[in-house]
Amino acid sequence: MGKKRVAIIGTGQTYHKSHRPDVNGQELIHEAVSSALCDADLTIADIDAIVIGNMDHFEGINYVDCWSVDGSGGVMKPIIKLTTGGTTGSTIAIGGYHLVASGLFEKVLVIGWEKNSESDTTGAITTAFDPVWDRLVFAGAISGLAVEAQAYMARYGATDRDGARVSVRDRKHACNNPHAQLRKEVTIEDVLASPMLADPIHLLDVCPRTDGACAVIMANEDVAPKLASKLDWIWATSSRHKYTYIGDVNWGELDSMYNASREIYKKAGIKEPNKEISVIELYQPYSFAGIIWIEDMGIVPRGKGAEYIWSGATDMGGELPINPSGGVIACNPIGATGLIRCAEAAMQVMGKADIRQVPDVNFAISTGFGGCMWTDMILHGQKKPDF
Amino acid sequence: MSENMVIDSGNARQPFNYSVGLYGSKFFKELKENKRFLGVKCPKCSKVYIPPRKVCGECFIETREFVEVGPRGKIGSFTILRYAFIDPETGEQKPVPYGYGFIRLDGADTLFQHYINISDENKVKIGAIVEPVFAENRKGTIRDILHFNIVD
Ligand SMILES: [Zn+2]
Repeated sequence: MGKKRVAIIGTGQTYHKSHRPDVNGQELIHEAVSSALCDADLTIADIDAIVIGNMDHFEGINYVDCWSVDGSGGVMKPIIKLTTGGTTGSTIAIGGYHLVASGLFEKVLVIGWEKNSESDTTGAITTAFDPVWDRLVFAGAISGLAVEAQAYMARYGATDRDGARVSVRDRKHACNNPHAQLRKEVTIEDVLASPMLADPIHLLDVCPRTDGACAVIMANEDVAPKLASKLDWIWATSSRHKYTYIGDVNWGELDSMYNASREIYKKAGIKEPNKEISVIELYQPYSFAGIIWIEDMGIVPRGKGAEYIWSGATDMGGELPINPSGGVIACNPIGATGLIRCAEAAMQVMGKADIRQVPDVNFAISTGFGGCMWTDMILHGQKKPDF
Repeated sequence: MSENMVIDSGNARQPFNYSVGLYGSKFFKELKENKRFLGVKCPKCSKVYIPPRKVCGECFIETREFVEVGPRGKIGSFTILRYAFIDPETGEQKPVPYGYGFIRLDGADTLFQHYINISDENKVKIGAIVEPVFAENRKGTIRDILHFNIVD
């Protein structure tokens, strides 16, 4: 029993909304699981193990691995919970990959979910930060992101129009995605005229709060080709963390993303990411990250992110479309958000992305981001990895 | 009654008692008694950390040397918070707008997070020199510093 190559054979999502009072947690989870099983043409009996996750404290109900088994299909099955804040959705995907790649499990179901409507998310997010040193001035996810944007703008002279252009892109792309919560086009002027939350971030620069769930089914190389005609092979994964206290962060550059992307490129032998990667589903919770983080990923040189965005290269039909799904700015059920990136990248590779399909996808990247400035990254490929 | 019921949890409350640790306790004692900031220096990479901590994570080596940093510094990055939200630390609405700063205290390599006085917003810039304003009655917490003022 050695290391196995792993493919995604099916994905499923709910239709994400700001508030789903019609379902409780188990029921929401069940919708996504049923949809993924249907996509993979499997039944729950085919699943060998489950990885599930959401944000700690968001609903104030811990141990979703236990109480959700009716909805998840986890009754009398191996099931574990992973939770890593904003990166939860990508971490459960990486965890599922590890379980299958280890050879211990043939088919693993990965589930991310959140009912953001059930609590005050700023309060919950604050619990991720040190109570003695870091909470006095802290103001939830947006404060740290604003600080990152300020540092970047001071260094490279980027403007709030540059940020707005990214928001315009993602919100336009979201109109092609029936699962996205917000499907409404906006203009640069709309973004700049929306209320200033924390300089330089306007309301329309940031993600919403969403109720939703996503599920992904992975299988090893022995069974995957028999189970599905279209496969999304997982080529490489990476996870990077850096700081203890929030003042340790190198504001203006995302070191964890730089490091994670280089690990991925090295593993897969990618030399020119902007040419070799066909599409990216970036966990981009606010607009300016769409400029800064593609520099960290080495898609463009430092300081050139805005120019690349304005050129249209990352729009649908461009050199490297980013967020065909509309991304996080259009939809953010946090514990599911990273897994939705993974599922959307898988759909792109499998050719199942309907009207948001990017043509001829060879490699796709999906990422996860946490407010503690950490990064998860997954490289998806159409061909079976040769290593 | 709506078909889809939502149940309110009420005002749940759960207090905690956090250990500050030896290095942090030394920092707060010095802050309270002498209005001085203590960082620690890594014996290997020489990086000066604030808040002080027992291990340099990058070198994974124990730090022992305390060094005084500040009290002045420069704004490393910042934002001005303008949206109202409930402060989970107090349960009250946080008074906005306020200056949210990351300050590079003189002699430190990491940034110190605190309030920045924004009475003149035009002066709040990356690189601006700041100095702390201390509380009269200091108790050995991060609130012993009221905020940082921009120095002209
Ligand atoms: Zn060191």
